[in-house]
Amino acid sequence: MRRDGWRLATIAVNDPEVPELRYVFCGPADEGWTQFIVRCNGSRTVPSLTPADVSADWLEREIEDLFAIDFAGHPRLGDFVLHDNRWAEGVGPMRPGSPLREALTERQWQPRRVLREEGAFVMPVGPIYSGEAESALFLLETAGEDVVRSVPRLFYKYRGVEKLVQGRCAQDAVLFVERTNGTSAFANAWTFCMAAERVSATEPPLRAEYLRVLFAEIERVRRHTAVIRAIVDSTSLWVAAARLLEIEERMLRLSGALAGHRYLFGLATIGGLARDVDDAAAAEAAGALGELARRVAHTVEQLGHTSTFLDRIESVGVLSEARAREFGAVGPFARASAVADDMRLLHPYGQYAHAVPSVPTEREGDGYARLRTLAREIEASAAIVARIASELPSGPVRAPWQPRSGEALAWAEAPGGACIQLLRLDDAGACAMLRFTPPSFRNWQCFRWVAEDFAFQDFPIILATCGLSVAESDR
Amino acid sequence: MSWFLRGLFGGIKSMSYPIKAEQVPGVSPGLPQGVPHATQAQRALVALCPTSAIVPEQEGLAVREERCIHCMRCADAVSAHPLPWRKDAAWAVRRGCAPVLPAPFARSVHVRVVDAGDCGSCLSEIAHLNDPLYNMHRFGVFITPAPRQADVLIVVGPVTEHMKAPLREAYDAMPEPKRVLAVGACAASGGIFGPSFTSAGGAQEIIPVDMALPGCPPPPLAILEALLALCGQKPLR
Repeated sequence: MRRDGWRLATIAVNDPEVPELRYVFCGPADEGWTQFIVRCNGSRTVPSLTPADVSADWLEREIEDLFAIDFAGHPRLGDFVLHDNRWAEGVGPMRPGSPLREALTERQWQPRRVLREEGAFVMPVGPIYSGEAESALFLLETAGEDVVRSVPRLFYKYRGVEKLVQGRCAQDAVLFVERTNGTSAFANAWTFCMAAERVSATEPPLRAEYLRVLFAEIERVRRHTAVIRAIVDSTSLWVAAARLLEIEERMLRLSGALAGHRYLFGLATIGGLARDVDDAAAAEAAGALGELARRVAHTVEQLGHTSTFLDRIESVGVLSEARAREFGAVGPFARASAVADDMRLLHPYGQYAHAVPSVPTEREGDGYARLRTLAREIEASAAIVARIASELPSGPVRAPWQPRSGEALAWAEAPGGACIQLLRLDDAGACAMLRFTPPSFRNWQCFRWVAEDFAFQDFPIILATCGLSVAESDR
Repeated sequence: MSWFLRGLFGGIKSMSYPIKAEQVPGVSPGLPQGVPHATQAQRALVALCPTSAIVPEQEGLAVREERCIHCMRCADAVSAHPLPWRKDAAWAVRRGCAPVLPAPFARSVHVRVVDAGDCGSCLSEIAHLNDPLYNMHRFGVFITPAPRQADVLIVVGPVTEHMKAPLREAYDAMPEPKRVLAVGACAASGGIFGPSFTSAGGAQEIIPVDMALPGCPPPPLAILEALLALCGQKPLR
């Protein structure tokens, strides 16, 4: 299947009483999507897909923890979402009637060591480390000077969004999805809204569809600027970092003035947008964003002439194209390694069939390639914003939403990459099931291949060039 | 040209706060306020509020600010019968009775930030304190990586199950005198997430909190204002 351009997008679990696994595959542009359904008859064990397709690795580990479903033949299960030192085995909090809080324990946990050289040790970084870094633990295995491998231990921030939305009105569930990752809030919330609209056959007004593209691209520009700023910050180039911080703050103010919220919270809603914007204000914001995008491009160009900066990020944290494809990397992270997939082009949604983005790729797959990819995407997105702002159709921005039961899949190219959501609603419009596979989750799976054989001081730089959100992956 | 010179020629960017109040559009989303007399249409907002931040009070409505998650449903561009929103930055509310930090900290306060399940927006706003526009260093506020050198602990996020112990350890490692600032709706009240099977429902469930700052997320100015209040540069609310 992989040879024909199909790849695994997510695995969802439905009706956990008699578990039914949905393997969702994303096809090439002319083929669309397909689902394979595997029903477990009586037992909670299914054969693992990982030996055949390694991109299923983390998806299966996650399901084993959340649903207590065993994957026969999987190379390594356990200690993933639910940390072994805190939770008893076989809890499966996503199952109905799971014991939840009674499942808490106090146990010892030791990181697994692979390196058996003399003097080898594991250096833990986290879960609390650095200035205002997100909480995650990184186990750096070393025999002295260089780090041989580094394994991230995530889910310190597991908030259980997929569980918490169960039984809640979909219109309220949007707020949870939005708050899984504050820096890509609009893209994630939009994906959820698309899924709910498909379930109930609600057609958002054309003006809302245009404005959704506008806000999604404003968010992409801002989030990419934030990642570039973090990369520069990790190399201690303070002047450039301060300049990018200022540009980013102006983008936040621009969002705040246009949409009422600096991170676009509360904007996406099922049926369209919660609020309208003034045409003149949108045009003015698009002009201001274009100017800020040019300032970012100018700064990145100057960085390209700064040898002390290039020394730190060139050939650092290389992800080969083969690895990126094998492990299912998505978004600009993958595009820097020549994997050109972009949901906006592959399976256009909203108005992207009309406002076709240009999608830049790079070949090297190192830190600098990732930086250049982000910088070029900022230019492309600012161009879309300018175009959309000049073409805004008139009309309402919100269509009434009539809840209906059913199931639908939605996808979007969030700033970090492909965001996949499978949603099932009941008659009253409450969530019965949500499977939310964000881009960061897919990309964190590749992180250990990026952070291999490097010097200790490069670790923060490698981490920053990946631009991965822990909150989004942990959910 | 070297980056040093570029920085020098860039000029001073810091805003006129705190001498003048900052009113640039988009600098803050504002915060909803209660009303002494509510119309029937405004009362419908009570059911719309996803975290029960809006509660009836006699003839009007009150807003439990710490619970507000900025869903914007009671804002004027979204609702036909909105609540009034305040535009200032003094959002922080004092908890408990610990006094402000003693005088030596007024111009030198070191802050450790602990992410206990934040979505990333509070952390982003905290990162912007270092922005040349806000420039926390001119007030003597510094972010430190070591809890042992910290005077103030900022907690963001609803405190997830896995972050309870690390948060407790970070707090215990801090020397006296120390203060805790819960930043954002999640840390102040659990926000939309908690309490739940994985969230404690706010920092106060794990460690003593001296000041809570509402907002989802609170803008940089509100965070700065709260820090200045904790170290005695601004009046306590």
